[in-house]
Amino acid sequence: MSEQWTVKRSGRATRISSGVFVLIGIVLFTVPLGFRADVVQQLTTLCTLLIMAVMWNVLAGYGGLVSVGQQAFIGFGAYATVYLAQLGVPAYLAVVLAALASAVLAVALAPLLLRLRGGQFAVGTWVVAEALALLVALDHELGGGTGVSLRGLNTIAPDWRRAYTYWLTLGFAVLLLVLVFLLLRRRSGAAIQAIRDDEEAAASLGVRIMPLKFMLFVLAGFGCGAAGALTLANTLFIQPQSIFGVQWSAYMLFMVLVGGIGTYEGPILGAILFFLLQDWFAQYGAWYLIGLGAVAIAFALFLPRGLWSLADDRLPFRLLPVGYTLRPAG
Amino acid sequence: MSPILEGSGLSMRYGDLQVLTGVDFTVGEGEAVGIVGPNGAGKTTLLNVLAGAVRPTAGTVRIAGRDVTRARPDQRCRLGVGRAFQVPRPFGGMTVLENVVVAASYGAGLRGPALSRQAADVLEECGLTELANRRAESLGLLHRKRLELARCLATGPRVVLLDEIGAGLTDAEAAELVSAVRQVRSGDIAIVWIEHIVHVLVQVVDRLVCMDTGRVIADGEPQAVLGDAVVIDAYLGKAAS
Repeated sequence: MSEQWTVKRSGRATRISSGVFVLIGIVLFTVPLGFRADVVQQLTTLCTLLIMAVMWNVLAGYGGLVSVGQQAFIGFGAYATVYLAQLGVPAYLAVVLAALASAVLAVALAPLLLRLRGGQFAVGTWVVAEALALLVALDHELGGGTGVSLRGLNTIAPDWRRAYTYWLTLGFAVLLLVLVFLLLRRRSGAAIQAIRDDEEAAASLGVRIMPLKFMLFVLAGFGCGAAGALTLANTLFIQPQSIFGVQWSAYMLFMVLVGGIGTYEGPILGAILFFLLQDWFAQYGAWYLIGLGAVAIAFALFLPRGLWSLADDRLPFRLLPVGYTLRPAG
Repeated sequence: MSPILEGSGLSMRYGDLQVLTGVDFTVGEGEAVGIVGPNGAGKTTLLNVLAGAVRPTAGTVRIAGRDVTRARPDQRCRLGVGRAFQVPRPFGGMTVLENVVVAASYGAGLRGPALSRQAADVLEECGLTELANRRAESLGLLHRKRLELARCLATGPRVVLLDEIGAGLTDAEAAELVSAVRQVRSGDIAIVWIEHIVHVLVQVVDRLVCMDTGRVIADGEPQAVLGDAVVIDAYLGKAAS
């Protein structure tokens, strides 16, 4: 009966914009070859922020899991790197292993935390983060409360060290973006967006909720662990209060809300904006934080779907082939 | 007619509130059953229990003879129970088509061209083809209700549970919805339909069940049930007398 209609997933526009995404990625990989060291270090910071934003969006934007405790994984990733490096594992390999260890931590915590809903989940994740911070602060091998340096990277010439760290960070960012893209592109994509909008209705249409939430939680644990480990590799020194600090959650929330929650492009936009604001205004201290808060409130009130919605509502097409479109056949 | 969906001895209580008391309810394959009753009679709770959204405090639910009392809503959906909510619950951030795609891929287990076909067919059946690429949150009430029905049908159900899908619509809009539901009937999908607009309901159903204070007080041929003194007293009240 509807022979004249067909469902399409990509068109010329999505192919062109996907190509542009890939091109930007390639250009970013060449940055250390031509730029000053401080630019490379700044871009590394941007990439770690990007990872955090994308991961928090996966959790809260798609899974409806509003976590204020992702710093548990950020801190765990950083300290796991320190621990592995102390055991003699090469530092960059330790970063990768620490990210995997964070995923394992997420697997272990999931049965406990995913029972909780809404506000309980938010508080539960925060409690876990604080508990981990206390455990680390009590461990003298890991520097206790005063902090610890990452050994093993000081033998590399600083310019090369920054370049390697940047490449690894960019590599993680690209890997995670690709994973999220695949998640959205496969049939799970429609399901996780359905869960985002109405969990009960999604279940009534045959979507099994728990395994999808579990997958999102573990992915976010892996990504945030990587972000923590890479933050350490970038700054070479961490303290438990700051790496396990709740400010990470505030930053992630800011980036995702301002960029556009529950969209692929939004957190990328949010991370870039946050990075620029931090770069320009961080010297103003408390006023900078007040300004961030005011911006976040303004977005929540007046543009709840974030910056990306401005573009999304005007574009007659989508940038990435993750949706479905009904078109005349032929 | 062998029952496709069967609830026996269903009771539900929330704290001190007894919402259902020993309700027996069956729907035969391809049968259309209407449920009427005053507000608070337990109609929506019965639907929730049948769909698996809540677990009854006593009693069993069977789908085609199989005990599903402990099965989750998504499992029941895949076994053939489709559901349309009283207040439509579209996935607002997704397009109309994507809403239907979720149902066709997870509820009906379809992939590739079969998924595409099912989604396009259901949209056409429910008159949503023109709106397929719009965000669901931009739809008005009638179209939201149609989408609710479309999603439910896209899961490839053997029985659909419809909760007051006519509420809030004008007579003309309700008539449109009725013709859509009638089209559902022409396939052999069974229907359980809660509706206050009785004259709309009786155009479609084979059998009418009347509930009051958590019990079934009448069950039978529609005109007979509507003529029942107990039903008139409990539900239709002065307007009918």
